[in-house]
Amino acid sequence: MSAAKPRKRLATVWLAGCSGCHMSFLDLDEWLLELAQHADIVYSPVASDQKRYPPAVDIALVEGGVANSDNLALLKTVRANTKVLVSFGDCAIHANIPGMRNMLQGADPVLRRAYLDLADSSAQLPHAPGLIPELLDQVLPVHELVPVDVYLPGCPPSADRIRTVLEALLQDRRPDLSRAGEIRFG
Amino acid sequence: MALLDRCAEVAQQPGSGITVKGVGCHGPCSDGPLFSVACGDEVRLISVQSSSASELAMELQEALSRGSLREWVPRGCRSLDPQSPFLALQRRIVLERCGQIDPEDLSDAESAGAYQQLNAVLAANNPEAVIDLVRRSGLRGRGGAGYPTGLKWATVAAMPGAEKRLVCNADEGDPGAFMDRTILEGDPHSVLEGMAIAAFAVGAQHGFIYIRAEYPLAIARLRRAIAQAQQQGWLGTTIAGSRFSFDLELRVGAGAYVCGEETALIHSIEGQRGVPRPRPPYPAEHGVFGLPTLINNVETYANIPVLHRLGLERYGVGTKVFSLTGHVSRSGVIEVPIGTSLRTIVETMAGGPPDHKPIKAVQTGGPSGGCIPAAALDTPVDYDSLQALGTIMGSGGMVVMDSTTNMVDVAAYFMAFSREESCGKCIPCRTGTVQLELLLRKLLARKATVADLEQLERLSETVRDASLCGLGQSAPKPVLSTLRHFRADYLALLQPLEASR
Amino acid sequence: MSVCTLRIDDQDVAIAAGSTVLQAIRSAAIAVPTLCHLDGLSPVGACRLCLVEVEGSERLLAACVTTVQDGMRIHTNSSRLQEMRRTLIELLFSEGNHICAICVANGQCELQDLAVRVGMDHSRFSYRYPNRCVDLSHPQFGLDHNRCILCTRCVRVCDEVEGAHVWDVGWRGEHCQIISGLAEPWGAVEACTNCGKCIEVCPTGALFHKGEGTDEKHGHPGRLAALVQGRSRQELEP
Ligand SMILES: Cc1cc2nc3c(=O)[nH]c(=O)nc-3n(C[C@H](O)[C@H](O)[C@H](O)COP(=O)(O)O)c2cc1C
Ligand code: SF4
Ligand code: SF4
Ligand code: SF4
Ligand code: FES
Repeated sequence: MSAAKPRKRLATVWLAGCSGCHMSFLDLDEWLLELAQHADIVYSPVASDQKRYPPAVDIALVEGGVANSDNLALLKTVRANTKVLVSFGDCAIHANIPGMRNMLQGADPVLRRAYLDLADSSAQLPHAPGLIPELLDQVLPVHELVPVDVYLPGCPPSADRIRTVLEALLQDRRPDLSRAGEIRFG
Repeated sequence: MALLDRCAEVAQQPGSGITVKGVGCHGPCSDGPLFSVACGDEVRLISVQSSSASELAMELQEALSRGSLREWVPRGCRSLDPQSPFLALQRRIVLERCGQIDPEDLSDAESAGAYQQLNAVLAANNPEAVIDLVRRSGLRGRGGAGYPTGLKWATVAAMPGAEKRLVCNADEGDPGAFMDRTILEGDPHSVLEGMAIAAFAVGAQHGFIYIRAEYPLAIARLRRAIAQAQQQGWLGTTIAGSRFSFDLELRVGAGAYVCGEETALIHSIEGQRGVPRPRPPYPAEHGVFGLPTLINNVETYANIPVLHRLGLERYGVGTKVFSLTGHVSRSGVIEVPIGTSLRTIVETMAGGPPDHKPIKAVQTGGPSGGCIPAAALDTPVDYDSLQALGTIMGSGGMVVMDSTTNMVDVAAYFMAFSREESCGKCIPCRTGTVQLELLLRKLLARKATVADLEQLERLSETVRDASLCGLGQSAPKPVLSTLRHFRADYLALLQPLEASR
Repeated sequence: MSVCTLRIDDQDVAIAAGSTVLQAIRSAAIAVPTLCHLDGLSPVGACRLCLVEVEGSERLLAACVTTVQDGMRIHTNSSRLQEMRRTLIELLFSEGNHICAICVANGQCELQDLAVRVGMDHSRFSYRYPNRCVDLSHPQFGLDHNRCILCTRCVRVCDEVEGAHVWDVGWRGEHCQIISGLAEPWGAVEACTNCGKCIEVCPTGALFHKGEGTDEKHGHPGRLAALVQGRSRQELEP
């Protein structure tokens, strides 16, 4: 990597996923040190204290599907403030396990099942506008809501695959995962 | 039926001098209910507007006591002008006896000429000549695909083996199509005669009529017609004193549109699940129970006796029966010479949209067909001209749409139909039609972008090119043809890229 | 035995007359994806993945059900075919509920492998999330309809090879489902001999042995051809 390039502003975002993709990101281990030489991590649940998504981000790895109103608002900000948005992991790409609730066809049946049918005592639907984000009717993949630049499937994508993508993006190249045979789901 | 009974009572009175009989459909649906009065050669169609069966019977009685029925128009009724283009521009050769004969009475059909051609063919005892005549007539299949009938017959005839089968496709499943039904209910013997001639020509001993369960009247009349023909020796062993034997069996379908596709139909006759299979082998080689099989449509068979009766020259290019519906002043079943211009049919004969709105498009070929723009109304209705416009002659459904019609809506309607009727065997049709309908609904909900439109077009092509049978292959046709001729309707529904996100 | 010569992509191929185009393609070591086809079972031409272009034919032809003809010129990998195959795989993913991460066949699944092969990094079609069920009524085996792609390999192997005809296809269109017996729970179908052939040939994680966890199913579709061949030579007990 040429050192002359300006440092990239990198973000990682956690929507409706299990954070496994972020764990895999941390599995980059010592390469994280190299990454730190080329990029500032400006927003990340695992590598930054920033609470608000900043402007002028170069690369964002977005984990998770879009399950509630908070996810949706954050995703819109991410898209607006980011050059290259990576749909990061199976949940972001096709809603995956969080998306299994879509089979119940709607948020209401899900909430009823979880908070009423299966409750031991004090059965009650959660409702606290402004405090608890409202569930969307369906968990949606990221690309059905905002344009996506790079898809990185896997549950989770291995650290190697993450590295392949990041190395390319740091050099302003589009990673070619399909040729590398590295797009496997699961 | 009440009217028929009451009038029959009048006719039975001594010295009435008239006969009353039930007949099949006359054709002009929008004028119905109808009856006809025949005095000598003159036949008048009379439309019942506001009188009851008993009132009409009383009037008939009165008219008879006054003398002839030549001028008779009962109160509450209207005599249809035989010179009106809807009637005058037709050439009723296949439908000639429909509305004239009592379809439940073989002797009535015989006195109008039924089975004479079969008799002649058997007497001449020259199957090759029959096939040659059909080939030279240029007759093409009326069931949708328009395959040359003579060629199909020659292929089956040339197949080795002593056992062969014949099938009549009476599954008529296109929404808004009722041509075959008209023939079967009005003149079932024309189909039986055509089948017997075909069986003789190709060497088949046994035939099936596969008819949809939604046609109970046609089924009842066919059953009766088959029984009567067997009794009279027009079906069964040693027909008309010849060495030719041919038996017919009725099979009633269970309502799946795809069972009209010939390989699915064959599976269904065999008692299997009605799903298509890849061709080749074609039914001519491997049909019902593995035997070489000739499969033709109702109207195709009904053309055979009349072709023999008229001979090549008078038969000419032949005719096509259409069921005309939609935004027209007069709707119904018509038979016109092949090559009649669309304009003649929808404007002159059908009178265009009732409130003089301009015509926007004419849909032909049902869910496998496409929409023809008003600008192309001067196209002659023949197989090749329609194909060039991105639609097909199809089985004869013709829907006229006025300027208020949104063509995306039309495409979505037909896509919903194909989605519902997909047999589910192959992926592109089973799931492609679902996604295509979703994309069309998204457009109609004004939520789609240019990207969705591109997707719609690309997926349409994939479903067309990748599907296993004709249903999937033609399911995208309503989309592709409206995209071709009415793209503006699609563009008007698009959202700017940003707004949709 | 007469021989046909044909040209597939840029290779000349000679093969016995009566062979299928798919056999010719494979004999030339060219890879064309297939799902419904399985050596040892009758062909159905249902998945449409093996479609190829044949010069002189307007239609694309399914290699598995097309017989070779002398002088055929075949193209197996045009960009049009590539796009079509990706679309077909996307459609398959969109119509079921494929959560590979928690699937018994993860890592051993023909559908999952094909997604990689056709370069599907996401589906351009919205997933349908159908409400499908799981049949665990059989003492040894399970059927998860969420992962079934309706290739009908199980139907055919049970009918043609085992002779038990436990399986069939029920309903139509998008509502199609593999059914056991007369749409009864599998465990209630007495005709099932518990042979497990359907599980071996199932290309996905739809049919599995009970007790197999994520990543633990190992199908053996390749074994079938040997069994069928052996039987036809009467080397094996039926
Ligand atoms: C989905 C589908 C439905 C069809 N339905 C009918 C039908 O209802 N009646 C019919 O005669 N042909 C139908 N066909 C066409 C038949 O497959 C076949 O081509 C026809 O019966 C041959 O007769 P013909 O040569 O006299 O037209 C259908 C084809 C497809 C693909
Ligand atoms: S195209 Fe449709 S109807 Fe025809 S075989 Fe395929 S799924 Fe069945
Ligand atoms: S069957 Fe295959 S594609 Fe489906 S979830 Fe399992 S591994 Fe994934
Ligand atoms: S259960 Fe398996 S083998 Fe049977 S149709 Fe479904 S995917 Fe194919
Ligand atoms: S492998 Fe040929 S159609 Fe499925």
